[in-house]
Amino acid sequence: MAGEANTIDQFVSRKYRHGFVTDIESDTVPPGLNEDVVRWISARKEEPQWLLKWRLKAYRQWLKMAPPNWANLNIDPIDLQAISYFSAPKSDKDRPQSLDDVDPKLLETYEKLGVPLHERARLAGVAVDAVFDSVSIGTTFKEELKKAGVIFCSFSEAVRDHPELVRQYLGSVVPTLDNYFAALNSAVFSDGSFVFVPKGVRCPMELSTYFRINAAETGQFERTLIIAEDSSYVSYLEGCTAPMRDENQLHAAVVELVALDDAQIKYSTVQNWYPGDENGIGGIYNFVTKRGDCRGDRSKISWTQVETGSAITWKYPSCVLRGDDSTGEFYSVALTNNYQQADTGTKMIHLGRNTRSKIISKGISAGHGQNSYRGLVKMARKAENARNYTQCDSMLIGKHCGAHTFPYIEVSNPSAKVEHEATTSRIGEDQLFYCLQRGISEEDAVSMIVDGFCKQVFRELPMEFAVEAKALLEVSLEGAVG
Amino acid sequence: MKPKMLEIKNLHVNVGGKPILKGVNLTVGAGEMHAIMGPNGAGKSTLGHIIAGRDGYEVTAGEVIYQGENLLPMPPEERACRGVFLAFQYPVEIPGVNNTYFLRAALNAQRKYRGAPELDSMEFLGLVREKLEVLHIDDSLLHRAVNEGFSGGEKKRNEIFQMAVLEPSLAILDETDSGLDIDALRLVADGVNQLRDPLKSMIVITHYQRLLDHIVPDVVHVLADGVIVASGGAELAVKLEEQGYTWLEQGGIKAVDTHGTSSQTLQ
Repeated sequence: MAGEANTIDQFVSRKYRHGFVTDIESDTVPPGLNEDVVRWISARKEEPQWLLKWRLKAYRQWLKMAPPNWANLNIDPIDLQAISYFSAPKSDKDRPQSLDDVDPKLLETYEKLGVPLHERARLAGVAVDAVFDSVSIGTTFKEELKKAGVIFCSFSEAVRDHPELVRQYLGSVVPTLDNYFAALNSAVFSDGSFVFVPKGVRCPMELSTYFRINAAETGQFERTLIIAEDSSYVSYLEGCTAPMRDENQLHAAVVELVALDDAQIKYSTVQNWYPGDENGIGGIYNFVTKRGDCRGDRSKISWTQVETGSAITWKYPSCVLRGDDSTGEFYSVALTNNYQQADTGTKMIHLGRNTRSKIISKGISAGHGQNSYRGLVKMARKAENARNYTQCDSMLIGKHCGAHTFPYIEVSNPSAKVEHEATTSRIGEDQLFYCLQRGISEEDAVSMIVDGFCKQVFRELPMEFAVEAKALLEVSLEGAVG
Repeated sequence: MKPKMLEIKNLHVNVGGKPILKGVNLTVGAGEMHAIMGPNGAGKSTLGHIIAGRDGYEVTAGEVIYQGENLLPMPPEERACRGVFLAFQYPVEIPGVNNTYFLRAALNAQRKYRGAPELDSMEFLGLVREKLEVLHIDDSLLHRAVNEGFSGGEKKRNEIFQMAVLEPSLAILDETDSGLDIDALRLVADGVNQLRDPLKSMIVITHYQRLLDHIVPDVVHVLADGVIVASGGAELAVKLEEQGYTWLEQGGIKAVDTHGTSSQTLQ
């Protein structure tokens, strides 16, 4: 229909809102990857010897590995020698010690992104560990967290101040040789966040990090490690957005979560990286390894993700349900538009008895977007009475997009139960006409229908982020009608 | 003569290149209730969709004039905002979208269009309670997602409830009786009767006469093979029920003497 074609055109021609580049001198290592670069990064960050060794081991393993080719993604080969592996914003002095010391231009950048650090921190009671390019520049509410005994700092600080914790847990969930991108990250990771919640402590606030990729031709290799000791609780939110750029940028993060007995970790992501233009030029390549280890009995790890950005998304936040009676959850909304491609899902590895997992995946495809759900539910031999419930829904907007579902189920214990439900729907002409006939505009109708479709996931997000995620989806879908 | 609410002149409509409506003429005055009956495939629902502005139909000739304005170039949401309401034969489910939220969005979109202030949630809730009372509907359907998991009767009642809140000038009820048992039918019919108003018009599309036992129309039209073949008073519906539509096809039209298509002609 003509109306449909027009609105899709409008949708496609929407410009990325966060497209601007901050002009700040970067201290950047020349493009290319070799052992010297790994050593340079480690030296630049004044790391202990054991960490350098760890990096080098990962690098040597990585050299023998090949990029994964099983995903339902169409990607040109990535020239890893054309990427620079370290970039830090350069201020007059060394690293800023407080927000007051932060380069005002950086703060301005956050303002443009709608992340006014001071205000946000004060009003929302959120501690923000903002990452600009590869180095943390500001952390707020440190004092209050310190009182509770919670450590929330950049990864580099953690290496410096809490080396014993980092050494104990780093790579214990995602081993260096886990996969090609995890190995690469282990060799060259720049910075990231570290959280440690001691025994019995309920973290008094949501912890939040805003990531931002800035310098041209710079890979971003974040490393996040969250440890929740016995009977502790922490909710962590990761939100991302990046300026417009023509070259494809590689992002290969690793996130490791460890939950000990009765501990709970809730990890939420709102990802809005530059998705490329309407012709599929540019955009972030996002290859992420996220895994949580429910190491203790009755522990719980819950992943919630809202993925609207990136040209390529390759991401499977997973749970290893090692402890008896432990619980893993995965709630996901993934939107692909224009020429975006996403191959995302989760793995629930049931090892312990009476382990439970729940997967709610909502894929939305518009434009020429291709959206794949890929999920593994594995019930190991000893996973007595383990249960999984999977619900996997796809929504198509327009006629040129695709939705694909690849569920893998491996059951080695006869008492285990696995349920899988899947639906695919098109934002139907019927639904749309129903809304229009009541006087609701096309745009409002689409965002209403999509919002309803995603409700099960949105309600898992902390309140203020749910509002943000909803707004983000609305922006991404303005004019999208099928 | 009453002012005209709707005037359809010589309307020809194709669907997928195939003619469905072949010259429909229909005039509905303000405050009137018209029933359109006819066999399956006669084009009844097409007529409703054309008035509401659904895509996928090609108007090859004719006009649809609503309150003195040409309706055909208008997008469906504008028609809705100007007071055209379609109660759907198959009300659509919108999972995850709260029924009350949906209806408030609709009402406020319409109010905004008319330059009236939007209602906040408290004001809206007040209005909703008032309408529920009039229609004798309990408020359980307010808290559910739009039509999701509703029974057939609940869906149809929800349509009537929306109509009560939106207060359209012209409401088209498309097979609102289909799939209802007798109790549900009575409830829906009572709701419709409550909403009759000397300034508002309704077109009731139905296959069966039984709805018209409860809703008494001013005029009954018979649509067959894309044209209105007979028009008359409420008794025409009774005759149709007794004799079936084959009676028309066998040339029984003449017996009713309707002069073809003039809607105001009573027998």
